[in-house]
Amino acid sequence: MLTLKQGRQLQTVLLGTLAWLVALTIFFPIFWMILTSFKTEIDAFATPPQLFFTPTLENYLHIDARSDYFHFAWNSVVVSFGSTLLGMLLAVPAAYSMAFFETKRTKSTLLWMLSTKMLPPVGVLVPIYLIFKDFGLLDTKFGLVLIYTLINLPIMVWMVYTYFKEIPKDILEAARLDGATALQEIYRVLLPISKGGLASTVLLSLILSWNEAFWSLNLTASSAAPLTALVASYSSPEGLFWAKLSAVSTLACAPILIFGWLSQKQLVRGLSFGAVK
Amino acid sequence: MSDLTIRNLKKSFDDTHIIKGIDLDIKDHEFVVFVGPSGCGKSTLLRLIAGLEEVTSGSIQLDERDITDVAPAKRDLAMVFQSYALYPHMTVRKNMSFALDLAGIDKAEIQRKVEDAAKVLELGPLLERKPKALSGGQRQRVAIGRSIVRNPKIFLFDEPLSNLDAALRVLMRLELARLHKELNATMIYVTHDQVEAMTLADKVVVLNAGRVEQVGSPLELYHHPVNQFVAGFIGTPKMAFLKGTVKAVSNAGVTVALDCGPHYQLPHQSTSLKPGDDITFGIRPENIEVVGADQSPFKVRLDVTEHLGADTYCYIKLANGEMMTVRAPGDFMADYGQNAGLLPDLSQAHLFDASGKTIPRPRTPAQAA
Repeated sequence: MLTLKQGRQLQTVLLGTLAWLVALTIFFPIFWMILTSFKTEIDAFATPPQLFFTPTLENYLHIDARSDYFHFAWNSVVVSFGSTLLGMLLAVPAAYSMAFFETKRTKSTLLWMLSTKMLPPVGVLVPIYLIFKDFGLLDTKFGLVLIYTLINLPIMVWMVYTYFKEIPKDILEAARLDGATALQEIYRVLLPISKGGLASTVLLSLILSWNEAFWSLNLTASSAAPLTALVASYSSPEGLFWAKLSAVSTLACAPILIFGWLSQKQLVRGLSFGAVK
Repeated sequence: MSDLTIRNLKKSFDDTHIIKGIDLDIKDHEFVVFVGPSGCGKSTLLRLIAGLEEVTSGSIQLDERDITDVAPAKRDLAMVFQSYALYPHMTVRKNMSFALDLAGIDKAEIQRKVEDAAKVLELGPLLERKPKALSGGQRQRVAIGRSIVRNPKIFLFDEPLSNLDAALRVLMRLELARLHKELNATMIYVTHDQVEAMTLADKVVVLNAGRVEQVGSPLELYHHPVNQFVAGFIGTPKMAFLKGTVKAVSNAGVTVALDCGPHYQLPHQSTSLKPGDDITFGIRPENIEVVGADQSPFKVRLDVTEHLGADTYCYIKLANGEMMTVRAPGDFMADYGQNAGLLPDLSQAHLFDASGKTIPRPRTPAQAA
């Protein structure tokens, strides 16, 4: 028989092992991608897969020669930050009214907004493509900003709503009695109090926009194409060049990986904030 | 001046009527306490006055000015919330200066007002702290300070002491009473605690189910409740209510037979009662004397007794199942289950008719004054 203390230790060890297994499973593809990006095409294809090889930079040099990485990267930056900014401008007032001026329909509105995320995007591809064509939005950064804002808005409203819900209504009422207008109430009281949660929402929106591929592939060609489109351009026409594909993928992921790494404390804190309660 | 006049005020949330027509006059410098059981609408009434809820019908006037539909900030009122509602991201100083800052008042003037208020409330050393670094009592004082700096016409308090521990509550109660005298301000205070109501108020408003049951000074409510609800709500331990029947009504008073045994001739005057009517006899625990079983026709068995030092509470279960409490002197000793007699002071007894309305009794000279 185990003592209570031994039981607890065993539990810790088992849970720790499980967590590591999950983490490694998730990380492995990224690790393998980075590894492959330094292989020659022959090494990349080898069976059995090679863990040890002579690293080379030829894939990166090839990409640098063939495409203008910074053009795509800049598009990604503009589109993610643009859609995040626009999304926050819409999500904050929406969540404010839902959290503090709740009506009978608030809950169902929220659910309905979220339900739009369950729709397969491809189902609305044709109508959206046609709308974009008619309004001259195809292959424009503004068009991408719009579509990213729209697809991320439900999640952003939901998250901001959750953070606002945690703030006692009394505090806003006190501000109202103190003479604050609705805007002052939001900018001087609500936003500073919920800045942690808002930061997480911004981070998540940036990450989701950066990684989005379906719409960027279908609505852009070259001038507004972000990094996801660059990656895709390496996959099809020339057959499967694993090493080059890995290198370009690594380049596409690197900025957001580093960004996510730097902000992970904030992200984790923000995401668990609402769930703990 | 700050006279508040409320006329036929009603508030409904969808089909639920919370406030069912309230008329109330609050005079300058008064300390008015709204008291009542939870759900009676007292907080809603305060929020209607503050402007945090929309009025369904009726009017609120402050010094001849109709403020029924005026925005909260423009009413010249300040409110202290039960949760204090301090701005967590601001220092104590910022919390207190926020309203003045919004009003665009001169910086030096703001500084002076904040320092003055901080002095009154002994918050000086805490001005640069954030609310989370304060104790409950200190937060409470900041919340009060936040309203003082604005120099409002009326201070509103929504159960401000209920989050404090018992000892601190008594301290803050005294502090509030002192503040009322020092600022000479009009205050409206909501509480469910009738002790707070009795100790703080110039005028108590007893609310029940969205209506005013009675308005009066604490002692008026204590001695002359208009109905059984007020009689039961004011005073601890609660007034005992014993069921009975009217035996005779005459100029000399009313004779009642209590279900638990004794018959009493009471000095109450009634024109509506007639023999055979159901009646409730009310007597406060402090108006009953416990005597030997052979010295009174009102024979009981004592249940548990509680010694509080200054007083002893004797709990009694009557033969017909009714419960009552008697307040005996501190050195009163009795055994569990001991037989005893009760001698109620009939000049202090209350009578309520079947609908719960008080049958008036002659006032003693002291009470009339």
